[in-house]
Amino acid sequence: MKLAYWMYAGPAHISTLRIASSFRNVHAIMHAPLGDDHFNVMRSMLERERDFTPVTTSVVDRHVLACGSREKVVNNISQKEDLQNFVDRASSYSESDVILADVNHYRINELQAADKTLEQIVRYYLDKARREGFLNRSLTDDPSANIIGISTPGFHNQHDCRELKRLPSEPGISINQIIPEGEFLKNLKDLSRAWFNIVPYREMSLMAANFLEKEYGMPHILTTPIGILNTADFIAQISKIVNLWSFSLIEKKVNYDLYVENQTKFVSQATWFSKSIDCQNLAGKEAAVSGDATHAAAITKILVREMGIRVSCSGTYCKHDADWFNEQVQGLCDETIITEDHTEIGDTIARIEPSAIFGTQMERHIGKRLDIPCGVISSPVHIQNFPLGYRPFLGYEGTNQISDLIYNSFNLGMEDHLLDVFGGHDTKEENIKSLSTEKNNIHWSYDVESELKKIPGFVRGKIKKNTEVFAKQNNISTITVDVMYAAKEKLSS
Amino acid sequence: VKNFEIPAFECETGNYHTFCPISCVAWLYKKIEDSFFLVIGTKTCGYFLQNALGVMIFAEPRYAMAKLEEGDISAQLNDHEELKKICLQIKNDRNPSVIIWIGTCTTEIIKMDLEGIAPKLEKQIGIPIIVARANGLDYAFTQGEDTVLAAMAHRCPKYKNSELRQEPTNKIDNSSQIKINNSSNNNFIYERIELPKSKLVLFGSLPSSVASQLNLELKRQSILVLGWLPSQRYNELPSLGEGIYVCGVNPFLSRTATTLMRRRKCQLIGSPFPIGPDGTRAWIEKICSVFNKTPVGLNERENQIWKAVQDYTRIIKGKSIFFMGDNLLEISLARFLIRCGMVVYEIGIPYMDKRYQVAELLFLQQTCKKMNTPLPRIVEKPDNYSQVQRMHELKPHLAITGMAHANPLEARNINTKWSVEFTFAQIHGFSNVQDILELVTRPLRCRSGIMSDFQSLSKQT
Repeated sequence: MKLAYWMYAGPAHISTLRIASSFRNVHAIMHAPLGDDHFNVMRSMLERERDFTPVTTSVVDRHVLACGSREKVVNNISQKEDLQNFVDRASSYSESDVILADVNHYRINELQAADKTLEQIVRYYLDKARREGFLNRSLTDDPSANIIGISTPGFHNQHDCRELKRLPSEPGISINQIIPEGEFLKNLKDLSRAWFNIVPYREMSLMAANFLEKEYGMPHILTTPIGILNTADFIAQISKIVNLWSFSLIEKKVNYDLYVENQTKFVSQATWFSKSIDCQNLAGKEAAVSGDATHAAAITKILVREMGIRVSCSGTYCKHDADWFNEQVQGLCDETIITEDHTEIGDTIARIEPSAIFGTQMERHIGKRLDIPCGVISSPVHIQNFPLGYRPFLGYEGTNQISDLIYNSFNLGMEDHLLDVFGGHDTKEENIKSLSTEKNNIHWSYDVESELKKIPGFVRGKIKKNTEVFAKQNNISTITVDVMYAAKEKLSS
Repeated sequence: VKNFEIPAFECETGNYHTFCPISCVAWLYKKIEDSFFLVIGTKTCGYFLQNALGVMIFAEPRYAMAKLEEGDISAQLNDHEELKKICLQIKNDRNPSVIIWIGTCTTEIIKMDLEGIAPKLEKQIGIPIIVARANGLDYAFTQGEDTVLAAMAHRCPKYKNSELRQEPTNKIDNSSQIKINNSSNNNFIYERIELPKSKLVLFGSLPSSVASQLNLELKRQSILVLGWLPSQRYNELPSLGEGIYVCGVNPFLSRTATTLMRRRKCQLIGSPFPIGPDGTRAWIEKICSVFNKTPVGLNERENQIWKAVQDYTRIIKGKSIFFMGDNLLEISLARFLIRCGMVVYEIGIPYMDKRYQVAELLFLQQTCKKMNTPLPRIVEKPDNYSQVQRMHELKPHLAITGMAHANPLEARNINTKWSVEFTFAQIHGFSNVQDILELVTRPLRCRSGIMSDFQSLSKQT
């Protein structure tokens, strides 16, 4: 047993639901007690989803438990076998395909489970297509790629997806399929027709990509195109892969150098920004970075190599990917911290006292506590991470967004400090006092003062004012609890 | 027990959405100021509460998860030792007056003997430990509060009948005095009265300002409330026992009511709940009748409120409403809105205790007769999918629904209001009637011109 207050990654079943509700025409059924489907609420509210979330809870209550699943549920390590029987039977009754999600709640977290579920689904449909002779092994005529790992409600996933579609299209690469978001399962059989796979978030799709490589010989690009340097590297890898086949299929070699140069110098503003004078002022400032492996590593690289900012500490909560992460940020930061415990991260940040933090919502609140500005660069997600406007983290547009985020975080922090130093903020105390000392002798009795204190601060001033107006209107000189409540009833709130 | 004919209701035993009952921690830890809530469950529970508490989690609330891991489930670790470690840590960090253990689905299934471990641990660490099982197998959403209060009821001190016979001459506390108002031509003149405390304990967790308002209403009828369960602080729990009358303020507290009656031998006052001016009046009237007091000025008070909210009732008069159901407040809210002039098509509700809610159900029936509207259909454990189909046919003006369905229904041109807001808004008493109406009318009021041209904003055909 562990005492826990907050976790970065959710439980395994949440990601199964994520993958299921990302595909089209997939419905997830949870055999679970009331309340376990709060995923529906999250997805509906965060993504402002217009359609019903395709997840139903088949409610397990005391009766259901007593009538049959008790032994199975208690012994939940071997539970899998019994549920598999259930699944097999359901398949024979239903026209839909029924799959049992193979994820162990205690051993893997949300990200690993998403990875596994996606791989399971891809494997199932490709194996099925191969068995039934539907598999189309021929490559597409023109170079194409699959994007693997876009799901709901992922951190800026929708925006990243748009950018990822755009990015290879100018060099002439079309997109074969995007999974799981928005894809029909029946189309999965054509997955292997693409020339290669793009894996933007290694936490969520590495297993599926590895499977496709092993079974179908599909290469994949693991570099996430975040930041100028990584994006250039990403495009270089594309050209290498395309050139393997290009000579025989399209009879020429491709070279994207000019494209990359153009984008880097003129379309993305990030490179110019890092040369501009006010960015030079950021050089040497200290930052702390934390988040999922992909984003934390990428942001660390951008800060150090593209903007000349010092990263004192870089960390991730993806413990299972620690090796990869350490390798990525080696030499770029003073210390790394791999932990799921937010208090450790909080203590480290408190010790370092950077000028800015780049992390998750938890780090944003750590920053508020320590009075250090923070830009959010990774899940766990919050409503703020689902902006209506276009805000990718990937690609060339992404470099602009990131530069803005970094610059504003440092700058607004500076602004606040300056205001503090020179006493710029008005004190609110003055305003409220002036309301009640208006040339009258309204007296607040003792017991109502204590009632007033129970009212939350941001409403208190208004209520106080309302009550005094009411008292004046009715020629009341002493305000009692009665008067306060009568005022509430009479005047509109 | 008189033979009443209560409205018929059906039980659909469907698949419906509501929150897990451990969500009660979110408001109870705030209400009981010296408490600490320890939820003993898995990652699923923790993740849910983290999202339910939202930003409050960053304020380091008096709540934590005892996260069960594989070793705990397969009984490799000693539960007693593990819980002891955790409780000692809590004692050191926060030093609460009481630790409340919340049992979850997992502790139910692995049959963790929380009730056996708690008393021993209590002796060892010196802090009272209360065990409440709030799991989704047995309860829905607000019933979490019910099980916590039922567990707390056992800790209330024993009421000694002799206490009340003493004349309260020496101990004058502010709450029993009402200041005299000098002005002669206003309505708020009261005499200086020293009231003996009545043998009345109210139960239900309400924000303290609302509790004070209800106390005040009863004080006007010369009834001084002895105490509340839960009290603001654990150390101020009211005395319970034979001779004490108890009355609930919320419809989902049936278990607490039963515990107070059977285990603590209190007398339950069954009444409609103080939601809406009609409900509040009926509630006060019933309490007055039990204490043999003639209610003073209640009709005027109620009419005053109805007049004050005329602008709101005008907007909703004649409009129809559909409750999908999740927080068990549905019957009371429906009854109030019917009295306001609305038509209620259907009331979905996760669970209804017919005996505890009998007065409210009868009141519902009477209100429908009075307003000449048909009795709504009451569905226990509704099936959400079927309800959505019914809503498409019935086309109500407003649907009260949970957050999982609100957005999709809006995209399909059905006005909705989140039901959860009614759980957290102040809806009890005379003074808060406007708040309820504000919530109900908002979706009907702020429909701008742009949207009225679109039939459906859904992406599905």
